[in-house]
Amino acid sequence: MAVKKTKYKMPEQDPKERIKNFNEVPYGYDKKTAIEEAKRCLQCKKKPCTEGCPVGIDIPDFINSIANGDFDKAAEIIKAKNNLPAVCGRVCPYENQCEGMCTVKKISVYSEPVAIGRLERFIADYERNKGAKIPKKSKSTGKKVAIAGSGPAGLTCAGDLAKMGHGVTIFEALHAPGGVLMYGIPEFRLPKEIVNAEVDYIKKLGVEINYDVVIGKTITVDELMEEYDAIFIGTGAGLPRWLRIPGENLDGVYSANEYLTRINMMRAYDFPNYDTPIKIGKIVATFGAGNVAMDCARTSLRSGAEKSYIIYRRSENEMPARLEEIHHAKEEGVIFKFLTNPVKFIGDDKGILKEGVFIKMKLGEPDESGRRRPIPIKDSEFKMKIDTAIVAIGQNPNPLIPKTVNGLKIGKHGNIITDEDGRTNIPGIFAGGDIATGAATVILAMGAGKRAAVAIDKYLKSKK
Amino acid sequence: MYKILEKKAMSETVKLMKIKAPLVAKKAVAGQFIILRIDEKGERIPLTIADYDRRKGTVTVIFMEVGKTTKQLGTLKVGDSILNFSGPLGQPSDIEKYGTVVCIGGGVGIAPLYPIIRELKQAGNYVISILGARNKKLLMLEKEIDELSDELHICTDDGSKGTKGFVSDILQKLIDDKKKIDIVWAIGPVIMMKVVANLTKKYEIKTIVSLNPIMVDGTGMCGGCRVSVGGETKFACVDGPEFDGHLVDFDNLMLRNRRFLCQEEEACRCTGE
Repeated sequence: MAVKKTKYKMPEQDPKERIKNFNEVPYGYDKKTAIEEAKRCLQCKKKPCTEGCPVGIDIPDFINSIANGDFDKAAEIIKAKNNLPAVCGRVCPYENQCEGMCTVKKISVYSEPVAIGRLERFIADYERNKGAKIPKKSKSTGKKVAIAGSGPAGLTCAGDLAKMGHGVTIFEALHAPGGVLMYGIPEFRLPKEIVNAEVDYIKKLGVEINYDVVIGKTITVDELMEEYDAIFIGTGAGLPRWLRIPGENLDGVYSANEYLTRINMMRAYDFPNYDTPIKIGKIVATFGAGNVAMDCARTSLRSGAEKSYIIYRRSENEMPARLEEIHHAKEEGVIFKFLTNPVKFIGDDKGILKEGVFIKMKLGEPDESGRRRPIPIKDSEFKMKIDTAIVAIGQNPNPLIPKTVNGLKIGKHGNIITDEDGRTNIPGIFAGGDIATGAATVILAMGAGKRAAVAIDKYLKSKK
Repeated sequence: MYKILEKKAMSETVKLMKIKAPLVAKKAVAGQFIILRIDEKGERIPLTIADYDRRKGTVTVIFMEVGKTTKQLGTLKVGDSILNFSGPLGQPSDIEKYGTVVCIGGGVGIAPLYPIIRELKQAGNYVISILGARNKKLLMLEKEIDELSDELHICTDDGSKGTKGFVSDILQKLIDDKKKIDIVWAIGPVIMMKVVANLTKKYEIKTIVSLNPIMVDGTGMCGGCRVSVGGETKFACVDGPEFDGHLVDFDNLMLRNRRFLCQEEEACRCTGE
């Protein structure tokens, strides 16, 4: 029997309905569909998909278990490599990773890869609803590792180290775990209940999490070194970048971080039931075209904006967001204005944002990113009424820790310099995720946390 | 959870709380702040550290009941707990021996000034303190600050205590009297800090102000607390809260502090205030 060319569809909330709520957009596969989709896998020996996975899940193997209806076994195979599958099954850019390498995709130009992401999500949800099995821990090594930050890098590193028998303590600056999974990614894309369940699993592995501890302020890395055998720094890329144009400090202009943190983590969408306020206007403009920008634009529609624009200085082809996110944003009515750049923001007499001045752009020669460089078109300025502006053009590494560790090697963007496995120039101090690479993806941070866990284990064993 | 060990009314709307937070107390120094969240549904708000006791592991905050969170905080009793209390955040005050220092505190801004005065005095400075408030009920810590200061001047807007007038009037008088002033610290309402900074700029007296803008995380992540300093955007949470008063764009700060006034009123109405 020939392989079905396209993925089995995953049912979703209707766009007209979903822009009125914060519930998750896709519903996920049912058992029958999951088994059918799993049968599309050719079980090729070379496993190109596994090569494409930053955490190295044995993908054909878990898909085979699904095809055989053995979901518990599939969960076991995934969990052997991935501590946060319900998160990855939702926010991973599979199209560039596992699914991008899939042999089925290469059969014809119309062929879609096996829906590996959807299958991972199906198994993760199946296991979570059933109650995740806690693997047997290795014998305690008596070694202690401190981890700064409970985002994807820190949680992954912590989970793996705990499984190896090390004592692990995470220090989190905020009052909730998950880092960007909690403050950044919206409820409709990654329900917080799922993040909490994944964190619970990590805790059940024996990891302790301390909140309200800002490493570099409350406790320094140097102090941690006295008490712990090794340290992993996974404090992420928390420092927002700005457009650096006049009017950026007007009332109504937010960084994507502030906007999303207020809404996601502080639950401002449920104000005044929750105390944290947010002010969202009728016409919202989000600057940038990555996943974070899509999150902001889609959140705005759900929060009562009448019009939600994505303003991007390059063209549709250069947008860094995942296709799925762009597709969802378009379905929901987000308006895309390409080849447009803001020049300044104008406020009313009370300093509240009322309009923006923009300029049209054209594409020139490719720049260092390989994408064609946007160039302003002379005399093409125009004004547009906007009352909320969200700047989502990226983040730099948070400088709190890099600045406070004596002798730690820092790159020119404020990132901590490490080798492939997360070793910094100081023995015993490891780092990974956005703090080392600059803003990237959840799964890359998880991969870094994983490699660092192996390197830390090796380091601890070499010490005695 | 962080337990409230002591509570005192400083005036009708200003309260003092000593909170058990050993990790914060261990590191706190003058000029820094904390961020607290009362309960699961609470907002994260910054409060400047008014004092700390490393041995007892306590941090003192003094706050005016102005919004939903501070009003709710004011209703908590000794023995109650706060869900989150994180810090110390921000840069410490730059304490050294300057010579003669004028420390100006306005209203609830007197609270964070207190540990700064203490440390400036310990560093060997001649400290002239000027405390001001709308009326005598809103003055605080006069006795404590008097004990630490070489000179103390008090003023109120309505003349109910000390000189009738503003802190800037007293500062102007000190300048007119040819007092040699090496540096000024001014903490209080934004408008007070602006007036003081404008005055000292004329006489080229370096002036430090402590800003208290709206914040969320307090770790440099959200940028809600951004202020324009010398034309550059700075984050009060990690670059401040103290800045060179001659470089701060106070007008923009005042505007940004009004961002959620309507919501604040709504939140207060919802709790029957």
